[in-house]
Amino acid sequence: MRNEDLSLQQAKPATSPLEGAVPQDVEFIEETGRSEQSVLVASQWKLMWWKFRRHRLAMIGLAIVIFLYLIAIFAELITPVDPNKVNSSYTYAPPQGLRLFREENGERVFGLHVHGYKSEIDQETLAKTFTIDEEQVIPIGFWVRGYEYKLFGLIPFDRHLIGPKDSSQPFYILGADRLGQDLFSRLIMGTRISMSVGLIGVALSLILGIVLGGISGYFGGAIDTLIQRIIEFLQSIPAIPLWMGLAAALPKDWSQLRVFFGITIILSVLGWTGLARVVRGRFLSLREEEFVTAARLDGTGEMRIILRHMVPSFTSHIIASITLAIPAMILAETSLSFLGLGLRSPINSWGVLLQEAQNIRSVSTAPWLLLPGAMVVLAVISLNFLGDGLRDAADPYAA
Amino acid sequence: MLAFIIRRILYMIPTVLAISVVVFIIIQLPPGDYLTTLVAALSSQGEQVNADALEALRDRYGLGEPWHVQYFKWMRNIILHFDFGDSFEYNRPVTDLVGQRIGFTIAISVGSLLLTWAIAFPLGIYSAVRKYTVGDYLLTFMAFLGLAIPEFMIALILLYVSFRFFGQSVGGLFSPEYVDAPWSIDRVVDLMAHLWIPVVIVGVASTAGLVRIMRANLMDELNKPYVVTARAKGLSERKLLMKYPVRMALNPFVSTSGYVLPGLISGEAIIGVVLSLPTMGPLLLRALQSQDMYLAGSLILMTSVLTVIGTLLSDILLAWLDPRIRY
Repeated sequence: MRNEDLSLQQAKPATSPLEGAVPQDVEFIEETGRSEQSVLVASQWKLMWWKFRRHRLAMIGLAIVIFLYLIAIFAELITPVDPNKVNSSYTYAPPQGLRLFREENGERVFGLHVHGYKSEIDQETLAKTFTIDEEQVIPIGFWVRGYEYKLFGLIPFDRHLIGPKDSSQPFYILGADRLGQDLFSRLIMGTRISMSVGLIGVALSLILGIVLGGISGYFGGAIDTLIQRIIEFLQSIPAIPLWMGLAAALPKDWSQLRVFFGITIILSVLGWTGLARVVRGRFLSLREEEFVTAARLDGTGEMRIILRHMVPSFTSHIIASITLAIPAMILAETSLSFLGLGLRSPINSWGVLLQEAQNIRSVSTAPWLLLPGAMVVLAVISLNFLGDGLRDAADPYAA
Repeated sequence: MLAFIIRRILYMIPTVLAISVVVFIIIQLPPGDYLTTLVAALSSQGEQVNADALEALRDRYGLGEPWHVQYFKWMRNIILHFDFGDSFEYNRPVTDLVGQRIGFTIAISVGSLLLTWAIAFPLGIYSAVRKYTVGDYLLTFMAFLGLAIPEFMIALILLYVSFRFFGQSVGGLFSPEYVDAPWSIDRVVDLMAHLWIPVVIVGVASTAGLVRIMRANLMDELNKPYVVTARAKGLSERKLLMKYPVRMALNPFVSTSGYVLPGLISGEAIIGVVLSLPTMGPLLLRALQSQDMYLAGSLILMTSVLTVIGTLLSDILLAWLDPRIRY
């Protein structure tokens, strides 16, 4: 998509000796609203930021991604009730719906509240049906006391951003699941796991990708051919069946944490290939650049050329590729956990939550169980837009 | 051309061998071997285990011997006798179980690929020719959405909508009365009435990706001098577009099917589970859950080999379409 801009750029006659070294592009100066002087002296990262800001969808994506990671960091603080607390009297209780005003002595007063439930048991099927009871008022407050947890895993704490003032009252803002657990709280905790599976999986893929892709691109020759064949081979295997096979082999008695890392490692087994291709491509094109030759003629060592001269000029591209690799990881984890081969309860991830929605019976009685899927779509689409914007901005000297 | 095809088939051999090694490692990963699992399964059903039969099985799979001996025995049985081993859960040869399912898996994957092409091709052209219009932005947005929704979510939502609003379930490939019926015209019609649902769902994500690829390719071509030349010579816009740049942009389209195919087969595996289709996906899931490793391994091997064959076909198609490709 950027290629058309590139060809236009090349066709322009050079007007100043600095042309090519800085974005002299009149368009760039006009669109960013900067003076020519400030564009000339701006650093690479500053130019990228200016260019990135023009991509509106990417800015929205960035905001949502930051928001999701904030949720992931402060998950316990945001959850109103204990996400793993089972309550069999509220099986499949529907969402309550937050109300802002309530009637008091015939007057409308502001007061955040939800209504309680009335439950009926069908004599024939023994199925429990809930109706919202308008009479019961459960006051909701901010910064209330609730279940105890450790903030950042260190500080004992029991305050919650939002929740019922009396923590024994039912509070199911997005409804309950099969075990009467609060879907909203599980969704918040799931955000932490699902978003970090992406980050950690990509970090592992990145290490493999940079090392193997770097070797492949920098040295070339037989080792390049070998690594390229391995990549082609791994990319030709259908991912889900392979992941399923590997995930099923994880020992059943592993602790939650080990299963989590096991799954991320399995996802990285195929995940590094894409990143390695990008790194190799960059190395191949940079190896022939004049500044690399110049550095070599100056007697600079191999490692210094790679780290000081080559890596800085493609970090931006790597960051863009990473951003585009995270959503793939999130989707993969969701699919595996959905099939019951990935993470398992009591770990909450979006995939684990969706497992509840696997059969048509539970989906038709409790359609709110599909909400974790909406979170997946939101996260993946924001990360894709963010990555798209970063990729366009990655090379501010190009257009 | 014939030499090219033969050379490509020869290239396939190391790939398939590498896949078989990976699959064999997966088979070996769970603790215990085939026999301990089998004995455990049989005794839990209260059946007596015949010592002679056990010895015969031990010999057949080379159990207790070093892993490379086991691997060669397994491969030799596959190559010489087309024997992938037995499923202990069903107590039947793997080939029996897979026989019909592999046909449905191929039908769904190929159907999705054709559908993907049929939709992505015109939409990609539209998006590139009318770039930065409302239609283009709409398609771009739809493409991003299609890439972001997991396939099984689409299947779940479809299940919910059809159950809730039409009062029918969309699972399976046949209506109840045709499930065990012999093949007939009616059964084929019934199959077609069910088959399009998984085909559409599996195709959605790759359609979204292909629209983007087609758009980018065609936009590169539209700026080339030969287009200007043709236009200057007074060729009608429509003829000009279809005769030159679209044909050029078509190549990467075919060549990408190499990596679209693994995605389709992957997607089919999950959709099969959600919609309870008689395909390889649900069988694989059940085999993995019960650690029926010879069945699971063979299924992974077969899906991978299917992908490799598909890639080979797309390469041949590409070489046939584009005379500039060296072979």
